[in-house]
This record gives sequence, structure tokens and C-alpha cells, in this order.
Amino acid sequence: MVGKNCFAIASDRRLGVQLQTVATDFQRVFKIHDKLYIGLSGLATDVQTLYQRLVFRHKLYQLREERDMKPQTFASLVSALLYEKRFGPYFCQPVIAGLGEDNEPFICTMDCIGAKELAKDFVVSGTASESLYGACESMYKPNMEPEELFETVSQALQASVDRDCLSGWGGYVLVVTPTEIQERG
Amino acid sequence: MECVLGVVGRDFAVVAADTSAVQSILVHKSDEDKVMVLDSHKLMGASGEPGDRVQFTEYIQKNLHLYQFRNNIPLSTAATANFTRGELATALRKNPYSVNILLAGYDADVGASLYYIDYIATFHKIEKGAFGYGAYFCLSLMDKLYRPDMSVEEAVDLVDKCIKEIRLRLVVAPQKFIIKIVDKDGAREYARRAYTDSPSEAATVTA
Repeated sequence: MVGKNCFAIASDRRLGVQLQTVATDFQRVFKIHDKLYIGLSGLATDVQTLYQRLVFRHKLYQLREERDMKPQTFASLVSALLYEKRFGPYFCQPVIAGLGEDNEPFICTMDCIGAKELAKDFVVSGTASESLYGACESMYKPNMEPEELFETVSQALQASVDRDCLSGWGGYVLVVTPTEIQERG
Repeated sequence: MECVLGVVGRDFAVVAADTSAVQSILVHKSDEDKVMVLDSHKLMGASGEPGDRVQFTEYIQKNLHLYQFRNNIPLSTAATANFTRGELATALRKNPYSVNILLAGYDADVGASLYYIDYIATFHKIEKGAFGYGAYFCLSLMDKLYRPDMSVEEAVDLVDKCIKEIRLRLVVAPQKFIIKIVDKDGAREYARRAYTDSPSEAATVTA
């Protein structure tokens, strides 16, 4: 979700195999660099494989270009990586959030074959995505300050995952401003 | 009906597995060791397709030894777990292995750790876990009774309670189990659990 010169990215903490919960401390939001984060929902093995591939590509980019990737560029990279596997896809829906040039917040989501969906307010993915759309739509206000954004995102996450048996078991919220990063479990 | 379960205690980890080798309705043998000792301080409990299970765990074991020979230093538990996950992930979209793994190890700097790696290469570090139909009974028992920093006796008691529950409640339940432990002194067999005096057995004996 986008706020005033900041963004928040949040996820639940459940790792499950259909109805069985295996762990309640699974990490789904990953850092690419200080101002770029990716959240991956879907099949856990593909979440982990995709994250490893993306970090690899970004590190190579950093070595060659001697700078961090812009969020828009990274989103295109993710989209390309996913479409490469068009007929044998990674079963993942990424949510990308970052601060671009002039610390302008950037968010986007994709389906599992890389169809980018840019938004100015919020993006969601996962098994509780319909609930999340509803919760975010009703709670979102433009230009929220980081503290208010944090509250809004937490409430939206909690409300939606509570209605989905496959999501939940904890939450993780990360709020990123140009100067600091706040994470709460 | 194969069950593998694992628990981390204070500076040790316990992995238990049933010892039945079953094909359809036939029990080939009931003393099959499914918890492989990978090296001096690592255990790998595996369940799944029998051929894949033996082949894959031996493959990991040999690669572990190769690393040690080449580099004169053993691979850490975390590195082993990530290597195992990588092998499963690479094979996943070509020629997948059907093996679920609980990898337990002891490292001097980190202590004891347990890793859950399922057949599609889902990787997670856990304190307690189980695979198979037995997991439906064990996981909630562990949630209730597990505490961090348990002693060996307490951890094995928890494992015994899980085994008892599996024997009692799982249809066609495996009866015999093997329990292995890994701590600073190494990975070794701790105990085997054979038949117990369940009510149904007592009835058979007296009749």
C-alpha cells in the first residue's frame, strides 16, 4: 500500500500443506535492496526458488551497473522471468513495492505468468486476495503518514486473513520511508 | 502410512521414524532404517517412494563426504539442508524425487537444528515437525507438549507419546519405530520401539 513518500508491504506467516499447518514463522516478504521489497505468495517451493533467482539477478545487476535496480526495472525483470516459464510456470503471485526516483513510491502485482498490474493505491495477492481487496478499498486513504499507513495495513491484513482458513497465523508488516525501515511482526 | 517425526531440544535433536517397508498390502520387512546418519553430526529422516528415498539420501550422504574430503572441513547443517533443497528443486521440474525429509544436525556454533524439506523442495527451519499420516496425530500433541530447551528424557517422552498415539489411532499403523539422536557427541541410534501391550494385542494373546 502506498502512503505519503512511503510504502508498506505486509504478509501473513503461515506455511501450510493444504489443511495442515507446518509452521507459523514463514517469511514471504523479501528485501532486494534498501528501497525495494518483494512479497511472494503461492507455492512455497517456487517462492523460495524465485527469490533466490531474483537476488542472483539483482546482485549481478549491481556488479555490472554499480547501482541498485529501480523498482520499475525490477518489476519488468520479474515479469520476464515469470513469462519465460509460460508453459510450466512458477506458481507464485508477486507483489513488488519500492521507492523509485525522487523517493516516489511504486507498487505493482503480477499473476503467475508475469502480467503486470500497476496501481497507485494498493495491490494484493494470495488466497485471501478478494478479502484483501475489500478491506484495503474500504480502509485506504491517499497520502497517509507512515504511522497511519502501518495501522491501516495491519488492520486490513488482519481482517482479511481472519476470514481465510489458509492464511493467517501471524502477520508481518514493513513500512519503508526514504530515511528508515520499520518492521513489526 | 510412513511416519517421520523430529524435535529439537536443548543442544540436541531427535528424529524418529517407523521401520516398516510396505508395498500395497505386503510388509516386506519391519526393521528398515529410514533415518540415515549422513555424517558424524547429521541425521536425515526420510519418507516416501522407497527407491527414491534410499537413492536420494545416499546421494546426499556421498556428496557430503566428498565435500569433506575435498575441503577438509564438514559442511554445516544449514548448508547441507540448503544443498538438499537445491537438489530437490532442480529435479522438481524434470525428474522429481518423492521424498520428504527431516534433517537434523548439531553444529558447535549454532547448536542443534532441524529442517523440514518436503518433496517439492519447500524448505523451513523448525523446532518440531512430522511427515505422513502420523503427522495428523503428532503435530497437535507436539504443539501442546513441546517446550524449547527440553532435556533428552523429556524429548524422547514426547516422541513416545506421539508413537503411542500413532499406534492407537492410525489404521494399519506401523508398530515398530527407531529413534535417533544428534548432539555434540555425534549422531547415533538412541532406541528402538517394538510392540507394546495394546488392548487388542492382549486380547489376541489370552484368546
